[in-house]
This record gives sequence, C-alpha cells and structure tokens, in this order.
Amino acid sequence: MKRIITAVVQNRSGVLNRVTGLMQKRQFNIESISVGRTETEGISKMTFVVHVDDHQKLEQLTKQLNKQIDVLKVTDLSDKAIVARELALIKVVSNAQLRNEIQGIIEPFRASIIDVSKDSLAIQVTGKPDKIEALIELLRPYGIKDIARTGLTAFARGHQPQVTEFTSYSILK
Amino acid sequence: MNVETKPKTQPKTAVKTGADILIDSLIEQKVDTIFGYPGGAVLPIYDALYRSDGDFEHILTRHEQGAIHAAEGYARVSGRPGVVLATSGPGATNLITGIADAMMDSLPLVIITGQVATSVTGTDAFQEADVMGITTPITKHNYQVQSSYDIPRIIKEAFHIASTGRPGPVVVDIPKDISANPCLKVDESDFHLPGYQPTIKPNPLQIKKLTEALKKSKKPLILTGAGVIHGKASDLLLDIVEAYELPVTSTLLGLGAFPGDHKLFLGMAGMHGTYTSNMAISECDLLINIGARFDDRLTGNLEHFATNATVAHIDIDPAEIGKNVTTHIPIVSDSRAALEELKKQVNEKPDHGAWMAQLKENKASYPLWYNNPSEDMIPQWLIKSLHDATNGDAIVTTDVGQHQMWTAQYYAFAQPNKWVTSGGLGTMGFGFPAAIGAQLAAPEEPVVAVVGDGGFQMTLQELSVLQERGLPVKIIIVNNGALGMVRQWQEAFYDKRYSESIVSVQPDFVKLAESYNIRGMKFETQKQFNDSIKEIMDYNGPVLLDCRVLQQENVYPMVPPGKGIHEMIGVKP
Repeated sequence: MKRIITAVVQNRSGVLNRVTGLMQKRQFNIESISVGRTETEGISKMTFVVHVDDHQKLEQLTKQLNKQIDVLKVTDLSDKAIVARELALIKVVSNAQLRNEIQGIIEPFRASIIDVSKDSLAIQVTGKPDKIEALIELLRPYGIKDIARTGLTAFARGHQPQVTEFTSYSILK
Repeated sequence: MNVETKPKTQPKTAVKTGADILIDSLIEQKVDTIFGYPGGAVLPIYDALYRSDGDFEHILTRHEQGAIHAAEGYARVSGRPGVVLATSGPGATNLITGIADAMMDSLPLVIITGQVATSVTGTDAFQEADVMGITTPITKHNYQVQSSYDIPRIIKEAFHIASTGRPGPVVVDIPKDISANPCLKVDESDFHLPGYQPTIKPNPLQIKKLTEALKKSKKPLILTGAGVIHGKASDLLLDIVEAYELPVTSTLLGLGAFPGDHKLFLGMAGMHGTYTSNMAISECDLLINIGARFDDRLTGNLEHFATNATVAHIDIDPAEIGKNVTTHIPIVSDSRAALEELKKQVNEKPDHGAWMAQLKENKASYPLWYNNPSEDMIPQWLIKSLHDATNGDAIVTTDVGQHQMWTAQYYAFAQPNKWVTSGGLGTMGFGFPAAIGAQLAAPEEPVVAVVGDGGFQMTLQELSVLQERGLPVKIIIVNNGALGMVRQWQEAFYDKRYSESIVSVQPDFVKLAESYNIRGMKFETQKQFNDSIKEIMDYNGPVLLDCRVLQQENVYPMVPPGKGIHEMIGVKP
C-alpha cells in the first residue's frame, strides 16, 4: 500500500542520509521524497511517499523514523484529510505552429508556459500526482525532452471531518 | 635506545585548542579510561592528552579493533560508556566491527575519530574516509564537529545519548584543524535534544493488562533479555519471580539477569537453549518478555514461536515491540520502572501448579548432556569445571561459536554484569580484548576470557596490553584446532565437507604467551586442569591456558535452521 508520511527534522547535515539509509536497510520502496524548510528556523520537513506491504511494516517504519535523534515528529497522513501537491516542469518539443495547440491542452490543467524557445516549450504544473500524470500523457505525443518533478509535499487540512466510520480522504488509492 | 616519555618541562599554552576543550569535556564526563591508538589526524588530541597529565588513563591497544572491543567490555561491566579514540581513515575503519557489535548489543560507547582538516575534506585527502557516511547505519547517532565552539555541547550530548534510553554507540568525528586551532569561545549550554525523549515510565494501564493476564494465566513464562541488566532490575525481578513462583528463561545476552542456578530458572532458550525452555515457550499461555528483542536465534521459525501465548513485551525501545513477534501487551518502559509498577499492582498468584510440575519434570528428564568417557578434555566439562573452580563468580568473556554456546550452557551465571559476549553481531576476536576492558572496569574481580583458537588469533596482539598493564586476565583457549561451529554446521548440513574449517597449523600458544612474558600452559587432560586451575585463578597475573579439547564435539541440543524451537535435535544422548 502507498502511504504519505511526513517527518519534521532538525536541519543538520547527514539527516537525510540517516533517514533514507534506514529505509534502504529495511527495504522500504521510496516513491518520492521532498524536503524543505518550515516556519521554524533550523527545522525542515520531509514528505515521503512509500510502498509498504502491511500495517506491521508501516508501524516499523514510523517507529524507526521516530527513533532517530534528529527526527522530531513523524506523521502518517494517509488516512487523514490532507492537502497534497507536486510541482512538475515539462519541456516539450514545439514550434510556432504548435504553441497555441499546446496552450489549449494545458489550460484546463491550470498549467503555464514559463519558457519558450525556437523548438521547445517549458511548462509548469502543480497539483495532485495523478493530474500531473494526466498532463504528461497528453503532452507525450508532441515529444517530451525533459521532466523534473519535485515529489509530493503535503500536510493535514485545518479541519479534520468527524466521521464514525473512517473513510479514506487520501488522494492516493 | 629509550625515548624519554615525559619532558622535564611541560609546554604551556596560554590559549586552549579544540583538543584541550575535548579533554576538558571528557574529564567533565568523569571518564577514567580511554582506549585508543594515535595517528596523524588525532595528534593534536594526543598532544593535549600528554599535557593534561594523568586525569585519566589511556590504554594503547595494538589495533583499533582491540581498542573498541576493550571499550565494549568496559562498558558492559561498568555500565558506563566506553570511550575510544582513533585517527582518521584506517583508524576509524578499523573500529567498524566494534561499532556494529555495540549497536547490536546495545552497549554505550563514545567513539572519537580524527578527520582530515576541513580545508581538504572531500578531496580524498591522505587518510580520509567518510566516517559519517560509513557509521550512520551502525550508530545510535553520530556527529561531525564543525567548530570547536560546539565541542563541549556535542560531548555532553554524545554521552547522554550513548548511555540513556536503549544504550548504543555514538561517533564524534573531529577534523584536525578544529582540534589543533585555538578556541576562544565555547558553547557552555547544556544539551538540547528535542527529538530524543526516551520513555522511562510504563503506562499503568498496560501494566494492569499484564497483571490481569497474569492472574488468568495457567502457564506463565518470563523471558529475560539484556534489558533487565541494562535497567539494573535483577533484584526486583528475583523478588517478583519468587513471590509469584514464575518460571524464567533467558536469551543469550540476558544470562545472569536471573540466577542461573535458581530452581525457577529453566536455562537459556533458543537455538542452543535447553529443551525445557524451548518447550516452555512453545506451550506457555503468557510470555512476558523483559528487554529482549526476539532475535531469530532465540525464536527459530516464527510460525511456531509461542503460538499459544499472549505476548507481553517490556522494552525501552518502542521500535522493538511488535517488530518480529506480534505483541498483545506492549509496554514501553525501562525494565526497572516496569517491574516496580508491576510489583505494586500484582497481588494474586496465578493458579499454575500443574505447569510448574510439568516444567520441573522436563528439567529433570531432559538436562543438558555430554559424553564424558575418558580422561580427555571435553569442552563442556571444561566450562563446568571452570564454573566450579571460580564459584561461578568470575567475569567471563567469549567470542562467538561453540565455546560461546558451551559457556552459555554450562557456566551458570549467578549475577548480572558477569557475562560479556558478542550476541547480535557474533564477532570473532571480541572475547580477549573485551576481557581487557572488563578487567580495567573491575580491577578486583577475576576475569576469564574463554576463546576459541580461531577467534583468539584475530586479536591476540592485545597480549601486549596484558603484559604492559599486568592485568591478571586468564585466557582459556578452547582449542579444537577448528572453526568449531563452522565445522559443526558443515558436519550436519553440508555432508561433512569441511571446507576451510580445520585449522591444522597453529602457533605454539604457550611460547607465544611466553614471548610476551606471560605465563603459558598447555592442558590436554582433565587431571592437568583439575590440578592447576585453582592455583591459576589465584595467581595475580595474566595466564594463557591452551586447553586441547576433542575436535569432534558438537553443541547440543540444537534447533536446526528454519525449524521451530520445539523441533530440537540432540535433546538426549
């Protein structure tokens, strides 16, 4: 199963190495990692999307992360109401004739063209990973020259709906 | 030619260097012994040590591996962090085995390594190795010092992390320029570790669940791990066990947490555990694990492990609970705090007379056994006789292998902190240097290193330290001219194809000892051993005993790999 896990960490050299090292040692398959600073100085947040086999392995993962000295807080967001986004930059083969056509494709995705050259376009898109996938698929026939994706970043919504039977609000299956 | 070891006048430095700050910090931590080996990148630290004039003892081992195993032995016996100092590159990499060993067995160590100067870091400079990268997976935590300003705080944190919670090794890597350069201002603040708050006290509700389970249990069993010893909970455990008449089994590293000769003790459990213990685990309805991590050498095939039992697990490391075995009553706590709470709450003896009778019967019918047909030295006999000669009172260290299992089986450890062995990593070459560290931690106590002829040859250069320090360690080589456990597995599982496990060419161990001015003796019969062992144990100096034992002797009983622990072989002769 796919899980979204965040770890709030002290911003020190070697922390990412420690965290990914423990995942490698325990054979968790990492789909994406994104890291950035938080509102507090010296504190960063990592967001992982990982595949785990079962709940026991998931529990191990969060416990092992929690055990690291520089990790302050670990949260499994998968079963919460969350906001989750990814940024992708896509360079597509293009020319003056195709530009409008591509513009028409990306518009519903609220993506924008951020660079134009004689034979290519650079497109910026943010959103849920499946939206990005969809756009990439639509652009693929034109010829994709380069893709850079940030990996997912996420946090819990300000208001968590009260439900007796907990349904998954995850954006991932 | 002799070199004068101390100059008449000490050079006075007006300004302290990073190295001086480090030495001050170690003194503040009440360090009394450092195990180390000098080299280029730690020369400023060794120079500061020289100037500091005897605030603590530095033990010069002959290999960094010897230093770190000695520090492990020191930590195991004293309960305080063992401190190691080594240079960059090869000095640091020579420590790796010991760091991994300490991590697996939860031993508190603070390891200080030199690093090349910051100006050349990352350039593959002479004797540079990525110590942070290499040690990350095998340390509880590690630091690279970026400024001498941080040294006092980092050293405080390192000692705190190493010795609290679940103990473990902490590496502090110090670049040469930082230790060499003057340091004008230091961070005097106390440590600040918001991400490190080990849970010490148990949740009383979980303890309540445990007492209720205990009340209902017809077949309770206590499993002691090294956590009982780390938590200094042995006396409390004995109280509870005797008051409620609970049977006790132990892991390899938990031996000594409960008296090995007590009538409620069933012996060690696991691959080479007793039949009684393994059957008790298989049949019990309540298994109370205190400070053990359900290692695979204990559990055997997990499908068959304690299948009938409600499992309660007391551990200070939450990540250990539920890791290998499904746990019904998880208790995150220091072992002593948990037992204190348990003692408060428990008030009713479980109704388990039939169970106790069954265990007693098993204990009488299926004792550990060995053939003793002759006057030859039988390894099991040797350990048993050593136990008798020392009244079970000595500190005993071992490597890994047959001699280790025989010691675990036949040297009934009566007290905690007497048993020093490499459990998790199973490190050959551990036992002898660990004995040196143990003896330094407990100068008044008898220390015996029981080693195999294979493992001893991995670190025997530390005989120099015995000679130099006159440490009265007794080395018993259980010499079967083979890598015994490898040979045993090849016999049982590889059709007797003894690939590279018979070591026919050996040094003359007696002459070897004598070349270091250490007493050496060779024993080939039981009589020789009996005649001399008392005198040897009383002798106030190191002795090496080359005990020639039968090569074909095997460790029994045994759980074959992949089997459940109820499927033992060699239970009866």
